[in-house]
Formats: sequence, C-alpha cells, structure tokens
Amino acid sequence: MNKFQLRLYVTGKTPKSERAIANLKRICERDLSGLYELRIIDVLENPQLAEDEKILATPTLIKDLPPPLKRIIGDLSNSEKVLLGLDLSPILDSDGPKEDTQ
Amino acid sequence: MKNLKNQIGIEKVETGIEGFDLISEGGLPKGRTTLIAGTSGSAKTVFAVQFLSEGIIKKDEPGVFVTFEEPPDDIRKNVISLGWDVAKWEQEGKWAFVDASPVIGENSVISGEYDLGALLARIEHAVNKINATRISMDSIGSIFSRFNDPGLVRNELFKIASVVKQMGATAIITAERTEEYGDIARFGIEEFVADNVIILRNVLESEKRRRTMEILKFRGTSHQKGEYPFTVIKNTGIIAIPLSGIELKQRSSTVRISSGNAELDRMCGGGFFRDSIILVSGATGCGKTMLSAEFAKDAIKNEQRAVIFAFEESREQLFRNAIGWGIDFEQMEADGILKVVCRYPEAEGLEDHLIIIKRVIKDFKPHRIVVDSLSALERVSTVKGFREFVIALTSFIKHQEVAGLLTSTTGDLMGGTSVTDAHISTITDTIILLRYVEMFGEMRRGITALKMRGSMHNKDIREFNIDDKGMHIGKSFTNVTGILSGHPVFTSTEEVDRMTSLFK
Repeated sequence: MNKFQLRLYVTGKTPKSERAIANLKRICERDLSGLYELRIIDVLENPQLAEDEKILATPTLIKDLPPPLKRIIGDLSNSEKVLLGLDLSPILDSDGPKEDTQ
Repeated sequence: MKNLKNQIGIEKVETGIEGFDLISEGGLPKGRTTLIAGTSGSAKTVFAVQFLSEGIIKKDEPGVFVTFEEPPDDIRKNVISLGWDVAKWEQEGKWAFVDASPVIGENSVISGEYDLGALLARIEHAVNKINATRISMDSIGSIFSRFNDPGLVRNELFKIASVVKQMGATAIITAERTEEYGDIARFGIEEFVADNVIILRNVLESEKRRRTMEILKFRGTSHQKGEYPFTVIKNTGIIAIPLSGIELKQRSSTVRISSGNAELDRMCGGGFFRDSIILVSGATGCGKTMLSAEFAKDAIKNEQRAVIFAFEESREQLFRNAIGWGIDFEQMEADGILKVVCRYPEAEGLEDHLIIIKRVIKDFKPHRIVVDSLSALERVSTVKGFREFVIALTSFIKHQEVAGLLTSTTGDLMGGTSVTDAHISTITDTIILLRYVEMFGEMRRGITALKMRGSMHNKDIREFNIDDKGMHIGKSFTNVTGILSGHPVFTSTEEVDRMTSLFK
C-alpha cells in the first residue's frame, strides 16, 4: 500500500488546533499505522505556505498522496467523515461493523 | 478638550475616484471598512480595483486585494483596458493579492469545527509585507456558498473587519444584491460592516441602463445624499457625476461679448455676458445652427477659441452649411481657433457624452462653447437622466467662466417649448426664441430676447432673414399678436395705435 502524505494546517495553539492534531494522530495510528507521513503547518508562522495552497479555513487537512488530492476542513472530530475524505471507506475499519463499535 | 475632539473626528481617505470624493465629501472613512453593495454587473469589482489603483497612482499607497470570486489572473487581464497594470505593481511591491477564489475541482469535506483563521493570517501577512493602507475584498457572497455555516462565516468576517481596523487600513468589502431596490445585501453581511454602506445600481429604465451610486450611510461623518449617476470608461474606470456637489460659487462678470450679430447684440442690451449660458430655442430649420455658427465665428475677432459640439449634423453637412452663410469652419480649425466635435447622440450614454464634452473643454480651453442641439440628447436618456446631464453640463460651463450657447429644438413648428427648455430655462442667463410666423400665406421668421438676466433688453419680436452673409434682423412685428403661442393674429395698424394710446 502506498504511503499517505498528509499536511495539516492550523492557526497557532488554539483548542481547535490541538483537537485537530490529536484527532488526526489517533485516526492515523489506528488506521494507517506506519503508512503515513504527517506535516503540521502553523499558518501564523508560515502564512506564505497558506497563501500558496489557498487555505481559507483552519484546521485544514490536505491529502497529497495517494491521489486524488483531498481537503478536509474542521477539527476532524467526525472520524467517519475523515476516513471518507481520505478515501478510506469505514468498511476497511478492522473493528468490524459500525454498530458494534459504538 | 482639543485632544478629545481630535479623537472623535473621523478622518477620510481620498479614494482618487473622480467625482466620488466630492459626493463622499472627502473619500472613505479612514481606518474603517465600507460595504459596497450592488447587483451583478454594477461595477463593484471595478470600484474595488480602482480604490487600490488610484491609491497607488495618485498617492503611492500600497494595497491588498482579497479576491473571493475571480482568480487573480482574470482580474489582471480584465483591468488592463481600464489602464491599470496590476502585474507591474505586484512586482514593485505596491499590490498584493490574497487569492481566496475557489480551487477548481476541489471538493472539501467538512468534519467538525473550523474557522477562517488562515484567511485572516494571509490578509495580515499580505498587509504587512507591502505596508498596505488600502484593502479591497471582492466579493464576499461567494464565500458563503462554500462553507456550510453562514453564521460562522459572518462571525469570521466580522473578525477580519475588526483586525483590519486595528491595522489602521481602510477597507472596502463588496457584496452581491439580488434587487436594485431591496435588501442591502444577501446573507445579512451589512450587519457586520454596517458603519458605512455604499450602493451601486445599474437600473434598466425605459430600455436604457443607468448607473448610479448612493452613499447610504457613513457613521459619524457627513456625505452627500441621494443617487448620483456614474459611468465606467476606458483607461479611466469609474467617474461619478456629482450634481449637488457643485457649488454655485462662480463669479459673474459684466464683460459683454458679441453674439456675432450686431443687431442681436443691441436687442440684448449690448451683447451676451462673457460667462453666461444662452439658450436658443426654436423649431427645426429656423436658424439655430446659423445663430450658433455666427456666435462661434465671432471668436476670431476677439482672438478667442470656440468649440462646437454638434449632435444633429455630420461634420461635412455643418461645414457646407456654414459656407452658405459665409463662414469657413475649415480655415478656423486649421488656425486653431475652432474645434468641431460631431457625435451621434446614440453613440454613447449621456454620462459618457458629458465626460467627452468636459475633456474637450479642459484640453482646448475655449472661450465660447456651442452645443447644437441639446435637445438631440434628450432621446438617448430618461427624463431624470437628462435633467441631471443638463444641470451637470451647465454648471461645468459656468465654472469655466466662459459663454455657453445651447440650442433646443421645439416640437411644434409654430410655438411651444421642449423638455429641454423646461429643464434649463431657470439655469440660463439668456433665452433667445426663434419662431416661425405665418402671415398671409407666407412663413416668416421672428426672433426675440425672452430673458436677459442682469440687463435691460429689447422686448420686441423682430423679423429676420437669412442669406449668404448670415442673419439680418429687421423690424418688429408690431401688428401681429400671438406669435409665441403659435397663433399669430394680424391686427390692423389703427387697432395697434388705439391700444398703444390706451396705455399712455
């Protein structure tokens, strides 16, 4: 399986930023353990990087690889949507059917 | 106390947009955000771009352009024809884009809470990078359709507006409207920048488009009220036409100039005043153009320059007719004392005609101005638009302190008035009426000075003829009554004598 290349854009150390980072790390460790590269970019420190990528909202997660390129906006608290956005359908979830996990 | 006063007063930033600074009494409120609302095609983007462009050109003030709709490359291309080289300014560090236009093919998923912190960081970054004092954000409506929570977007925009204020920059935000007369803007945008609102309109009225701008409010500072016409023209951009912005402060002199006809001068008590507006009204073919040609020709004698704006005849026609009256316009143009500008009334909108007339007058600096005929322009505009045009034109001419002779064609052959007459008769200083008089199966012509402000004048209705040497004013129609009303009645000489003796 190809490695996932992810970039997460946040603005400073706000609760929303912290939440997004924690949520993303949790999802990645659970579903993509060892298969991902994550870069966290603080747009307050690097506004030009946000300009280059035309980022408006934060937090924004960009999946560069594997294609297609995807953007996910928000603190990533809805892991189902995150997985959809990463083109990882929840069926791949090794924990079995959704009903059981909740 | 003095300090306190300084803190309360709101300074304004001159935009550099012609006419707008007059209407707004000095420009946009400094360090604040102003909402520019308008329907699609109402020139919002032009206004937004021009605000930055004029800042760079006229005041060397750098500006940041935040675009939510069109990609920067489109904007660069679109405004080249207006004379603005945005790419060059970007290289010089005077202009910076914040590109918030939609990314094509991007379909973002939303998962959880977010804000527009990145956008704010980018705006701040761009402002600091080039030390911008002007910011334009265009157009804000599209951002609402890209995020699922209008309340959140509104909140974030409010945050941006307050950060802009802290940075000390003057900003404008444009927003879409759905109707020309209705809600200020969609999505309740006006609520967060409610301090200052300007509305641009592009109204379809009697099959004609008419652009106007209105300053709805400027909190804490004054401005002119009501709608003002404006136009967008090549290499210039928006030009607003202030009407009440023009003060009636022109001096009036007592210096007289000749009308070009010695007898008419005598009727007017010694000629027209040097800085007056003269209206020549009459039916078609009764000698208005000839009278204006003589007036223009008289400029030679006094080493003056004259300009003729002809809206009824082509250049060739006008020149040929003038030769018939013994006037050589071609030679006069070659000598640099005359300029003839012929245009179709339908070629442009009225606002554009006004701007062309103003430019010619500013460049050529004539002492005498002829507009033949003003009433031809009536048909290219709405009644309201025409009235505004006439007021703007006559006050401009008066400001130049030169003589303006305007002609007006009346609808009826024998008498009556035209709309033009009704609009400008109070603004004019002199009114000359030319009328056909039907007498014993013959059409004869009469002339009278109806009004001559600030001077004695002859009140007779005199007969005149036109031949290859021009106009010849003869005797008065002493025994005819009802000429002006269009119903001339011949009265016998005895009756006239009797009436005259009654009032002795």
